[in-house]
Amino acid sequence: MLNPSERGAQRVLAATGGPAQAAAAAPEVQASLAAICWVGFRTIVIREYGRIMRIWGQTLVPSAVQATLYFVIFGHVVGRRISVPGGLDYPQYIAPGLIMMAIITNSYGNVVSSFFGAKFGKHVEELLVSPLPNWLIIAGYAAGGLVRGALVAVVVGAVSLVFTHGLPVRHIAGIIAAALLTCTAFSLAGFINAMVARNFEQMNIVPAFILTPLTYFGGVFYSISMLPAWAHRISLFNPILYMVSAFRYGFFGIADVDVLLSLALVAGLAVALFVTALVMMNRGVGIRD
Amino acid sequence: MLALSTRTLTKVYKNGVQALRGVDLDVEQGDFFALLGPNGAGKTTLIGIVTSLVNKTGGTASIFGHDIDRELERAKSCIGVVPQEINFNQFESPLTIVINQAGFYGVPRAEARLRAERYLRQLQLWDKRGGPARGLSGGMKRRLMIARALMHEPRLLILDEPTAGVDIEVRRSMWEFLRDINLQGTTIILTTHYLEEAESLCRNIAIIDNGSIIERDRMGNLLRRLHTETFVLNTRGAIAQAPQVRGFALRFMDDHTLEVDISKEQNLNELFAQLSQLGVDVLSMRNKVNRLEEVFMRLVENRGNGA
Repeated sequence: MLNPSERGAQRVLAATGGPAQAAAAAPEVQASLAAICWVGFRTIVIREYGRIMRIWGQTLVPSAVQATLYFVIFGHVVGRRISVPGGLDYPQYIAPGLIMMAIITNSYGNVVSSFFGAKFGKHVEELLVSPLPNWLIIAGYAAGGLVRGALVAVVVGAVSLVFTHGLPVRHIAGIIAAALLTCTAFSLAGFINAMVARNFEQMNIVPAFILTPLTYFGGVFYSISMLPAWAHRISLFNPILYMVSAFRYGFFGIADVDVLLSLALVAGLAVALFVTALVMMNRGVGIRD
Repeated sequence: MLALSTRTLTKVYKNGVQALRGVDLDVEQGDFFALLGPNGAGKTTLIGIVTSLVNKTGGTASIFGHDIDRELERAKSCIGVVPQEINFNQFESPLTIVINQAGFYGVPRAEARLRAERYLRQLQLWDKRGGPARGLSGGMKRRLMIARALMHEPRLLILDEPTAGVDIEVRRSMWEFLRDINLQGTTIILTTHYLEEAESLCRNIAIIDNGSIIERDRMGNLLRRLHTETFVLNTRGAIAQAPQVRGFALRFMDDHTLEVDISKEQNLNELFAQLSQLGVDVLSMRNKVNRLEEVFMRLVENRGNGA
């Protein structure tokens, strides 16, 4: 394996700086934990970004195709017969909801598949044996979900511009806050799902049976003011309604529920999910014997 | 200073299996240490606890004085681990794998690139750095895991059967590499089923069986405990039966092979002299079994018999 010149080079290394020096001087040169954390966090995010771009056909393209179909079928064929609040065109009205839908499914899907894949392939151990604290590993994966959410938001936003001939922006801070908080919350939810999942089927249960129905009933395609009173009341228990409502408010200045309340609820959900993920990581649920 | 110290380390799995039963183990800084035991003895559990892949049930463990309960991050930053199973993302390239691993230990990317080139070259993987790691051979994957474990230049390198399934040529060159790493100051703990490997590389040894350390000694001391060794002699000419030699009980194996048990008190020169007088030329001689294997089997079997 090692030819003579490499063995020679290795001895030179021994003199100029290799494991020997590191072993002898390690206590003095050990980076501070804060520096380790920062480099480690960046590494997780860069790795996640690399994964997203490596399989862009699976991570970015489907959202664009899906949004196009929604705009063609619901926006133009069905939507002509639907009137929505604010005197908006129907395609315009659903555009923020479609962007938010893409953000939710992609931020969730990114983390659940990436972390479960790491568990399944055992390369999660690369992180578990490292000095990175559990909270930072969670934050790194959540940031990866955020990156994917942001990328698909741009993609679906571009598709929306084609079908709506432009979207107004009333409150850019509201748009950013709603998108960031939603990405974070669903990335963390995906992380928890990946921790408890024991096989690929369990990884898909939440998206198929919980996430998709909640998204469709979350005011993406309609305002809850159009619903009968009982359905209106039930909708208020759907967290996705608040996310879509706050996001739409950023574009049009109209919302189904109070914007600050929406943002506060989503932020609270994100914090609760983070704490849950941290407790599970500390206990080693699904990852440590 | 102790590189690794455990006290009354215990592990009971959820299914009730007691994998470790109060393990006390010290490994000195700079040592090349063998941790041996039969399958299921507790080696991988012990390593798992030290590297925080397994939650311990009780006891303490510290790495270079950093207690894993109180200073887990500090303790982990001192360790590099090469696990038994392949555990890197096989869709990533070797270069990406090792650079990312360095990042998880806080090594800045520019420095990580330099180290990646150094270790991938040393382990003859530099030419393979760009393609997906799933395309590497078994031996290359093992070497990649060693390169990855060295990226943060750990003070303690733990190798859990690093040469399993690797051909003898690659295995011996890996030994040479590990010897060099150890000579440069890195403490190494090795578990292996190739006892020849442990005998060749390690200075100290512990044998674990059924969750307890049953032996802990210097390699030389342990091997000296062998009272009798069995040698296989190959003869130049054909022989019809075992020659009668005073003081030695030779056994006939085939027309060119004899076997003999030699105790520590006996002299091999005496045996050869007598054989020569009888006209039996010995062409070559070898141990019937590896010496460490002999000691290992006796210790484990004695324990199994309740001795």
